Amino acid sequence: MLHRLSFIPGRLLQAIPVVFGVTLLVFFMAHLLPGDPALAILGDKATEDRIVALRTQLGLDKPLLVQYGLFLSNIARGNLGDSLTYQVPVSSLVLEAVPVTLSLVFFALILGLLIGIPLSGIAAVKPNRPADLGVRAYTLVGQGMPQFWVGIMLILFFSLKLRLFPVGGYGQTAADHLYYLFLPALTLAIALSPTLIRSLRSSTINVLGSEYVATARSKGSGGVALFRQHVLRNAIIPTVSIMGVNLGYLVGGSIVIEKVFALPGLGSLMLNAIFSRDFPTIQGVTLFVALFVVVVGILTDVVYTLLDPRVNFSSKERE
Amino acid sequence: MTESPLLSVTDLVLGVKRSKGSTVIVDGVSFDVATGNRFGIVGESGSGKSMSLRAIANLLPAGVNVMSGSIKYNGEELVGMNRVKRRRLMGPEIAMIFQEPMTALNPVMRVGDQIAEGPRRYLGLSRKAAMELAVSMMARTGIPDPAKRALAYPHQLSGGLRQRIMIAMAISCRPKLILCDEPTTALDVTVQHQVLRLLEELCDDFGASLVFVTHDLAVVNQTCRDLAVMYAGRMVETGAVKDVFRDPRHPYTKGLLDSAPDFDQPGRALVPIPGFPPNLAHRENACSFAPRCPFVQERCLEGAPVLERVEDGRESACFFSDEIFKKVRV
Repeated sequence: MLHRLSFIPGRLLQAIPVVFGVTLLVFFMAHLLPGDPALAILGDKATEDRIVALRTQLGLDKPLLVQYGLFLSNIARGNLGDSLTYQVPVSSLVLEAVPVTLSLVFFALILGLLIGIPLSGIAAVKPNRPADLGVRAYTLVGQGMPQFWVGIMLILFFSLKLRLFPVGGYGQTAADHLYYLFLPALTLAIALSPTLIRSLRSSTINVLGSEYVATARSKGSGGVALFRQHVLRNAIIPTVSIMGVNLGYLVGGSIVIEKVFALPGLGSLMLNAIFSRDFPTIQGVTLFVALFVVVVGILTDVVYTLLDPRVNFSSKERE
Repeated sequence: MTESPLLSVTDLVLGVKRSKGSTVIVDGVSFDVATGNRFGIVGESGSGKSMSLRAIANLLPAGVNVMSGSIKYNGEELVGMNRVKRRRLMGPEIAMIFQEPMTALNPVMRVGDQIAEGPRRYLGLSRKAAMELAVSMMARTGIPDPAKRALAYPHQLSGGLRQRIMIAMAISCRPKLILCDEPTTALDVTVQHQVLRLLEELCDDFGASLVFVTHDLAVVNQTCRDLAVMYAGRMVETGAVKDVFRDPRHPYTKGLLDSAPDFDQPGRALVPIPGFPPNLAHRENACSFAPRCPFVQERCLEGAPVLERVEDGRESACFFSDEIFKKVRV
């Protein structure tokens, strides 16, 4: 088992050029914008003095390559620069926001699985029957509704009408966090589950028709035990890669949702930074999100390997 | 047949639901399997032999239904039996061995766990005890180094080993009836022979009865005592294997025998059966084999023949069985 995971160090090495490319993009993002970043940051009415001062502060007076070299060496030391708005290191801002967003994303993933797995099972057992049509209608509606609207509707219903959940915020303790994160995570889960259900429903239908499920039935397996032991683990394998890709989107989706629920996560940080032209912060968040996507890609392969004993990324010629 | 057969199938009719009406794919199949007997069902692809077997195990694919008829196991009616009650028969009473050992094992589960699953459920064994039983069953089926192999996944084993795993799985709860759906078709000939020997041996040791579905006449000849020949969803001939092989009483059976090689007569030319099996969606009220039958007469097109007794313990569904085969024999 473990030797099949020996691909991880190699995959991490492969990630280095990707991360390098991301730093290039992130760095030149600021410089590709028309005009002077300093001017863009300060606006049209800035005085010449302030622009020169900012250019020196940002190191914009140095040659581009030197700037990039500085940028890289700063990143290597964990220094992402200072936020222009808050006047504190970007790294500390990002580090404060990351746990919020990561908890939100993984909470959403768990809720999405909790919604998606039973619904896919119900739909796949009797395709084209009322239950299946209902589930399929849900996937259409779930995918069609804009996330921010779903979020607002959930607030209206669960927070304002039923008064079960807070309208927004993040709370103080860990238990608080889960409680405050429930509605935003549910919003994301509703957006995520249609993709999950579509993939899982069709693979479950395939697995249910397979010979090994007939074998399992011939051993007297049935009902939930059959689903758990024989169907789900096989059916979820193709879904894992789809989920991996969607986790990346989920971080993007969380930008809007964090704003709707006033969560102090990466999304809020990013939005505020965009509105106030806080370039170092934008760079820091972008860099982190890119790293997250790279790590999720590797994690996807790890989960894949753990679920399917036939998968072997580590070596092609074994046995 | 004995007075209370272990398995008794009577007038089984299976159909596929279509938007308008149903297509009958198995029409009026009846047979008994006595305790300790080995019964073969022979026919070509699409003859309904596998479907009949799956109906007994309640493993019909989606869309195929039992339309009428009865399947009695130990005197108990299986058709319409409570789902959970029927499921509980699978394993300790009835077991099934499938055609493709490549696809019939769960690819993400260790084979030992797959064998142990039934015993854990029915014999109330602990995880460890069930695993020990699984290993001993694997040893019983002649798998070398069973304790190590029990930890393997199906894709790490050869076809022959996988089929032995299937057999170990089937016998693990000591069933009284084993249903085999072409268990040797996917294996090469030497392995085929070993697996058949093993099946016979285990059936004798455990006192299990066997229903053996195959298109391979040689396999039936080796393994079974009685057989039924199926064509286009109907049974066309039944009897003891040695009688039917020596002296077929239906033109289709004769065609099958003539088209298969026989090592006792190495010089004999193989005679194929001309034409194709009929489309079951457009069944006419005539003998299904008539379009391919070398002995066809007008009466064959006017109504479908049913199984009739031609000798003691032998039946044939042919209007002219006596005329054709009495003459052929003389």
